[in-house]
This record gives sequence, structure tokens and C-alpha cells, in this order.
Amino acid sequence: MKKKRYATFSFLIIGILTSLLWIYPFYLVIVNSFKTRGEIFRSPLNLPIDFILDNYPVAFARLEFVQSFYNSALVTSGSIVLIVFCTSMAAYALSRRPSKTSSVIYFLFAILMLVPFQSIMIPLVAIFGAVDMLNRTGLAIMYLGLGSSLAIFLYFGALRGIPKALDEAAIMDGCNRFQIYWYIMLPMLKPTTVTVIVLNAIWFWNDYLLPSLVINRPGMHTIPLKTFYFFGEYSRQWNLALAGLVLAIIPIIILYMFLQKYIIKGISDGSVK
Amino acid sequence: MKFRQSTYWLFLLPCLLAITIVIIYPFLQGVYFSFTEYNGFQITEFVGLSNYRQLLSDQNFLNSLSFTARFSIASIVGINVMGLGLALLVTQKTSKLSTIFRTIYFMPNLIGGIILGFIWQFIYLRAFDGLAQLTGWDFFSGWLADTETGFWGLVILFVWQMSGYIMVIYISFLNNVPQELLEASTIDGANAWQRFMHVKFPLIAPAFTISLFLTLSNAFKVYDQNMALTGGGPFGSTEMVTMNIYNTAFMTRQMGYAQAKAVIFLIIVASLSVIQIYFTRKREVDM
Repeated sequence: MKKKRYATFSFLIIGILTSLLWIYPFYLVIVNSFKTRGEIFRSPLNLPIDFILDNYPVAFARLEFVQSFYNSALVTSGSIVLIVFCTSMAAYALSRRPSKTSSVIYFLFAILMLVPFQSIMIPLVAIFGAVDMLNRTGLAIMYLGLGSSLAIFLYFGALRGIPKALDEAAIMDGCNRFQIYWYIMLPMLKPTTVTVIVLNAIWFWNDYLLPSLVINRPGMHTIPLKTFYFFGEYSRQWNLALAGLVLAIIPIIILYMFLQKYIIKGISDGSVK
Repeated sequence: MKFRQSTYWLFLLPCLLAITIVIIYPFLQGVYFSFTEYNGFQITEFVGLSNYRQLLSDQNFLNSLSFTARFSIASIVGINVMGLGLALLVTQKTSKLSTIFRTIYFMPNLIGGIILGFIWQFIYLRAFDGLAQLTGWDFFSGWLADTETGFWGLVILFVWQMSGYIMVIYISFLNNVPQELLEASTIDGANAWQRFMHVKFPLIAPAFTISLFLTLSNAFKVYDQNMALTGGGPFGSTEMVTMNIYNTAFMTRQMGYAQAKAVIFLIIVASLSVIQIYFTRKREVDM
């Protein structure tokens, strides 16, 4: 028993040490964001001597934080709504009409997962540019195309577990297909919807490359885009750059604190299935 | 009680339309572009295989390919060792802190590659400088100034980021290891190491396949972290394939040539994934 207590204790110590190692980069960024530029150069590892808040209002203004946050939220939520409804409908149709056609379509979605974004990026921008769709609507459509395979798999897997007798009973009661989907399937698919939202929200919120090609215009910049330009401009002024990074991270950390149970479950369901 | 044909197609329409205009059509057009001289506005010439021939002697592209391959191998080893280690650590159920540990290790995955790259740029440039002054060790000075530190800088960043993700996958498999099996082996006199090697390890083998190839394809497709941390510098020596494609397309505007690179990139990534699926399936049959 004594040996067991010793093992428990050493696991605890290793756990604490690795956690500190994991947090340390965040800690340094936060601590240094309260220093003057000169102090960051003199002593980057120490706590601030005079704790100053001046960096934040400047970074907040230069990042156009309210605007960027709004743009990120709009792009992320709009794309998620589109992907949740379209893919759950598609998966419902595929799961309730087993046929050769359905298998072929399912297989098509599977193969498309193999295509990395960079290999279609050039023509994609050219095509959407030609029809004047390099805007937020175009971006949401691109996300739907790029994200539908995984979402359809997740919904399809869940739908297989819902008995078809339920559909039949509803049809007896006079429901049409859309009513079954809307009033019966969608509520029952809620856990999968949470997974789909989590996986896609992390992707859309943080994505840099695709928005940089599609909505790279003043007034439309999302947080990652704005951070990129802001950092380029102020990379010699670490005090402002670091305050900007902290501002960019805060919304995610707050959300994570409230939703971490769903987020970790979503990730694990999404990658294992 | 089958779906009516018209309703069936109506339900499928939005997704089918989206993949057609976002992936299938661009893919076909991309293959066509790769045989041409294209500047982003018009195709000036049909050049056949000449873009592909040019690739074979393009030192920058070949360097970026080998840099990406080396980066991927180092990251895969680092991430999987670390991820499995962390998973074993937090599934010990020794204290209430386990949940907090798990939350912390996972955190970097929620933050975008651009922001993570900038955070680590600060760590390598300023904090390491401070550590060099504090300890007097040469090891901490001059990070990101040459290819070697640029390479390891990227690997460390990526391992720090992805280990928590892979940990989550290992945890979900470790939690499915039947408790009775572990108890039985303890009664039979197995120690912690033997329990891991002979009971847990065979049962989490599928997690191994998933994680290995998930890290492989993610490492191959890294762009944001590369862009924010080193920007490909010094002198393009830490440029990965994705950045090489991007620069060829949007900096020098040789879109046809860039698309030929993109097609090769597609073939590499797709074949790696197909090999993954093959091995995963095979393992499932064995189980």
C-alpha cells in the first residue's frame, strides 16, 4: 500500500509539472502584456515592476476588436447554421433510402475527405471570383462544401441507431418527410449536433487561410486575419502585440471554461467515429 | 415505407451542390490548370507536362517537401509519445486534479495556428533570450535565426499544440479497457508496466492507428503556424509545401505551376490517407 501511495504522489508531481509547462507560454504572454516595451526587453521572465494597463486600450482600438469579433461571430455562426441543417437533412435522406445511389453518394463524400484544401484553393478562388462571390456568403458555401463529409458521417452514424419504425408511425399519423425530420429526427440528433457544432466552430473561428483569400477586405476581417496584420505592424512593439494576442484569446478561453465538457466530448466523438 | 424520390433529392441537394462547386469542379479545373501557363486571369498557353517536369529540378519545392517530411516525422513521434503519456497520466484517477490537467493540456487546440505561432515567436525570441541571460546557456540564444532552430521551434510548437488532442483519443480508448481485466492481472501479480504492455496496449492499438495518421495528415497540411512563427525564413529554408504552393500562386502568380505542385501534394496526402484506412480496416478485422 505504501508503494501505491508513492506512485500516486509521483503521478501528481509529474502532472503538475507538465501542466505548468503547458501554461507557461500563456503565462509569459499575459504577464508581459502588462509591461512597458523597455521592460519586456530587459526582463521578459519577471513579473511586471509597474503594472500598466496602457497597452490594452491601444491594442483594442488597433485590432478594431468589436468589429473583428462581430465579423468572426457572424461568419462562424452563419456557416454552422448552414452546415447543421444541410448535412443532417442529407444524412437523413441517405439513411432512410438504402439503395445503390445512396451508397455511391456516401462513397463520394468519403473520397472527398482525402482532398486537402491547398490542392483546390487556386481554382476555388478563381471560380468564386468569376461570379463575384468572394464574400461572406461565398465563404459559408465553401465551408459547407469542405465540411459536409465529416458532418454527414457523424449524422449518418447516429441516424442508423434511430429505429425506422419511428418514421413509419409518424407517417401513419399523417406527417410528411420534412415534418418527421424537423419534429422527430432533429431533436433526437441533438448530441450529434453538439459534436458537429464544436468541431466546426473551432475550425471556422480560427481559420486563417481561407478567409484571407475570400474576405480579405477592411471591415470584413475576422479575429485571426486582423491579428495577423496587427502583429505584422507591431512586431517590434511587443507590449502592444502581446496585449493584442491576449485579447484575441480571451473569447475562446471564456467559452472553453463553460463548455469544456461538450468540447472534449465532441472532439473525441468526432475523431474516433 | 420508402422515401419519395423527389423528397430524397431535395434533402440531398444543398450538400451535393456545395461539394460540386467547392470541391469537384475546382479539382477538375485544377488538374487542367496544372497543364497550362495561367496567371490568375487567363490561360496564356497549354504546356502539357512541362510544369511537372519543372518541378523535378525546382530546388525550393524539393527542399520544402523534405522539410515537411522531416517535420512530420519528428512531430508524429513527439505528439504520440506525449499524447499517450498524458492520457496515461490523467486516467490514473489518483486525484481530482486529473480533470484540470486534461483541460490544460487540451487548451492549445482551441486557439488558431496564427495566434499560437505568434505566442511562440515571443517565447523563442524574447523569453528564450531571458533564459539565456539567466542560465548562461548558449542553447537558448539565437532561436528562429537559422534553419535548425526554426525546424525545432515548429516541432515544439506543434507537439505542444497537438498532444492534448491526441490525448483525448487515447483517453477514450483507455476508458474502454475493462476494469475486471486490469484487476485480474493485478491479482495475477502483474506490475504497472506489465499491465500497460500486455493488457492496455493491445486494447488501445486502434487508437494508435487513428492517432498516427491523424497527426501525419495534420502535420503535412500545417500552414498557419509556419506562417506566423517563421514565415518560411530565414531565406525560405523553413518553408513547408503548403507555403511553397501559396507563394508560387499568390506571390509570384505562377498559378499553373503552383497547381502542378498542388496536384502532387494531393497525391501524397491522399495516398497517405488511403494507407491509413487500409491499416485501420485490417486492424478492425483482427480485433
